[in-house]
Amino acid sequence: MHAQHIENTLKMQRRLDTLFRGTTRGFAFLVLATLIGIIISLIIGAMPTLQSFGFSFLFSSSWDPVAENFGALAPIYGTLVTAFIALLIGVPVSFGIALFLTELCPAWLRRPIGVAIELLAGIPSIIYGMWGLFVFAPLFADHVQPWIIENLGHLPGIGFLFQGAPMGIGVFTAGLILGIMVIPFIASVMRDVFEIVPVMLKESAYGLGATTWEVVRYVVLPYTKAGVIGGIMLGLGRALGETMAVTFVIGNAYQITGSLMDPGNSIASALANEFAEAQEGLHVSALIELGLILFFITFVVLACAKLLLLRLSKNEGKKT
Amino acid sequence: MTTDTTKLQVKDLNFYYGGFHALKNINLSIASKKVTAFIGPSGCGKSTLLRIFNRMYELYPGLRAEGQIVMDGKNILDKDVDINLLRAKVGMVFQKPTPFPMSIYDNVTFGVKLYEKLSKSEMDDRVEWALRKAALWEEVKDKLKQSGHSLSGGQQQRLCIARAVASKPEVLLLDEPTSALDPISTAQIEELVNELKENYTIAIVTHNMQQAARVSDYTAYMYLGDLIEFGDTDTIFTAPKQKATEDYITGKFG
Amino acid sequence: MDHNLYRQRRVVNSINMVMSMLAVGFGLFWLVWILWTLFSYGLGGINLSVFTQSTPPPGSTGGLANAIYGSLLMTLFGTLIGTPIGILAGVYLAEFGERGWLAPATRFINDILLSAPSIVIGLFVYEIYVISVGHFSGWAGALALAIIVVPVVVRTTENMLRLVPNTLREAAAALGAPQWKVVMMVTLRASKAGVLTGILLAVARISGETAPLLFTALNNQFWSSNMNQPMANLPVVIFQFAMSPYEDWHALAWAGALLITVSVLGLNVLARWLGKQNNSQ
Repeated sequence: MHAQHIENTLKMQRRLDTLFRGTTRGFAFLVLATLIGIIISLIIGAMPTLQSFGFSFLFSSSWDPVAENFGALAPIYGTLVTAFIALLIGVPVSFGIALFLTELCPAWLRRPIGVAIELLAGIPSIIYGMWGLFVFAPLFADHVQPWIIENLGHLPGIGFLFQGAPMGIGVFTAGLILGIMVIPFIASVMRDVFEIVPVMLKESAYGLGATTWEVVRYVVLPYTKAGVIGGIMLGLGRALGETMAVTFVIGNAYQITGSLMDPGNSIASALANEFAEAQEGLHVSALIELGLILFFITFVVLACAKLLLLRLSKNEGKKT
Repeated sequence: MTTDTTKLQVKDLNFYYGGFHALKNINLSIASKKVTAFIGPSGCGKSTLLRIFNRMYELYPGLRAEGQIVMDGKNILDKDVDINLLRAKVGMVFQKPTPFPMSIYDNVTFGVKLYEKLSKSEMDDRVEWALRKAALWEEVKDKLKQSGHSLSGGQQQRLCIARAVASKPEVLLLDEPTSALDPISTAQIEELVNELKENYTIAIVTHNMQQAARVSDYTAYMYLGDLIEFGDTDTIFTAPKQKATEDYITGKFG
Repeated sequence: MDHNLYRQRRVVNSINMVMSMLAVGFGLFWLVWILWTLFSYGLGGINLSVFTQSTPPPGSTGGLANAIYGSLLMTLFGTLIGTPIGILAGVYLAEFGERGWLAPATRFINDILLSAPSIVIGLFVYEIYVISVGHFSGWAGALALAIIVVPVVVRTTENMLRLVPNTLREAAAALGAPQWKVVMMVTLRASKAGVLTGILLAVARISGETAPLLFTALNNQFWSSNMNQPMANLPVVIFQFAMSPYEDWHALAWAGALLITVSVLGLNVLARWLGKQNNSQ
């Protein structure tokens, strides 16, 4: 009798176990399915323009909803250039911050600066956008841009980057704000990996008479290069996809002028500005194709980062 | 003691971790081109003392040394002594092997490149010389470009010794250099210490009393921050003057 | 010893140390400026009507009540939908994922979703839900937010569960507990605080998100509890009002921005505090 009861309980436990495993497995699968779903749904939504324009969509810079002539070149350009500027500004600053926190910072200052970094990361992007539009851009246009345009606009070779009217908003402003936004992400990853460098390793370098900079450059950085690259790519992923901050300050102009002072467009800002009122048909489809392109770019960057990290960690552990 | 030349003279040395008085009135002489061992139970301050010789403690806030350590007529604890230059003259090998994330060749030349401008062939010669001194040359001469991590534990530690020796310091500080190694590697390193003392003044901290007895010319026994006894190794191990020393040596505690 | 070489090295060292300090100053400069702007523009607009009146047409007075309410609703449902999925998927990765292809693939994909542009998530929900239903709605917004919540919770749940020592699992199993009980009642409970921290961080993240709501929940001028219709929410309202040419709309936008920032930062602080409580136990 008792044995039968136990037998039944065990049978039910086994069933519950199988159910449990199956459920968790199912939800894990759901994550996978979501990604596939995103890709498929975007392709379906973009089908009309995919069929109408094919690959020329990527290389055309015209954007005319009335004539139904669409090209992704301007938004792609804007996305890539602003992300590039963001990294150009963000990576060195993040490195400097991580270096400061791990090698120079007095103990009492560590927590406050760490908190400051988290604050910077926590501010919602729409606030960055508003600040950029209402506070930074006017100041930039009145006090800094004229100087840049006058003095740097005539430099041989790169002068074209700095010409144009001082409007405050534009590609550079968007890039700068993105740069500020990615600093907390990259800096905290760098700081985290710098901190786990074994103390003995650093002391070995100091023991040979190396300066702090030499220890960081020749020992800490090579030791942490996987994490550093991973952090930078994470920042890049964020910069590519960031919408609200860019939308406020990039100027919403479908153009590629070559100057950083001019307004432009990124894929995300184009979507944010136009999607809600877009006409059914080719216009909507073109926007969705833009979304697909953005997703693809981000996917490639993030996937490469992960694969790189995987490969680097495998190499480190190799022994002959 | 008075017949040997003294390389490092420690005078009234006191050391503090914040408010904690870690080393109390240490006085001793490190003899030139001899091996001086520091023994004692955990926490007695032997590693702390060793790390004062290259002022490694100054990397961390709150640590403070008072007193004098005179090397070649100059107190190395003086404010105006340049730390990096000091560390070029006083090399250190640590408890665990710490190869840098670079090739074996680059590991060895790291310290050299900081202070000397050598031609490629001069550098190659220096690398070979250092690796021979560390009894590692034969094992790695064909794979100098490989990562330092590709070596075994004992080889890595010998690499660290080669690295420390390559910049031709005057003093070598060894902080429990064999504690992470197997017996065979340990024996190899002890053999190395014996050869190295021909050219270098060596101070070694060890947990292993027998190692101290095998390897050193002079031994210092420390306990809870005090230097209990200091003398030549034979005397310390066969006829120690202090009862405390005798108790430790014979294993009554520790 | 080459003294020129040494002097050069010292100069390089000093320059780089100064640069790193400048970098910190650079970061702090923007932080302080932005926060100061937010508070000085936003505080003036905060008054009772912000919480009691709905969004006004241009030229009239009003508040943000419907937007606040809508945001709260969508955040709540987004969290309610996303958290169980995230936790169970995280459980799979930590407890059952040792063999096979699904776990590594899911982890890889999860990390990509974690950093995917949130506007694309909005597009996705638009395509699969808004179009099929035929209109924008609060549910669409909640769904988009849920999709953002899931990867965050998966990641923290897996990490927290992995921290639980195997001895705990073995002790439970040795008592004859079936696996689902071991996980739900022992392992998950042991990492309870960490998982909760992860959920809070996810909530903080979606509270500040605008892009995924742009083409899912859209916006609603009036007070509405109907999740099946376009729903007002703070971020989109702020976006609309800020980009408009009307002064009183701007004031409301700043007030709303301040509200969002304070909530997000508050949630972050709460999450960190909770994490510390867990560690000190």
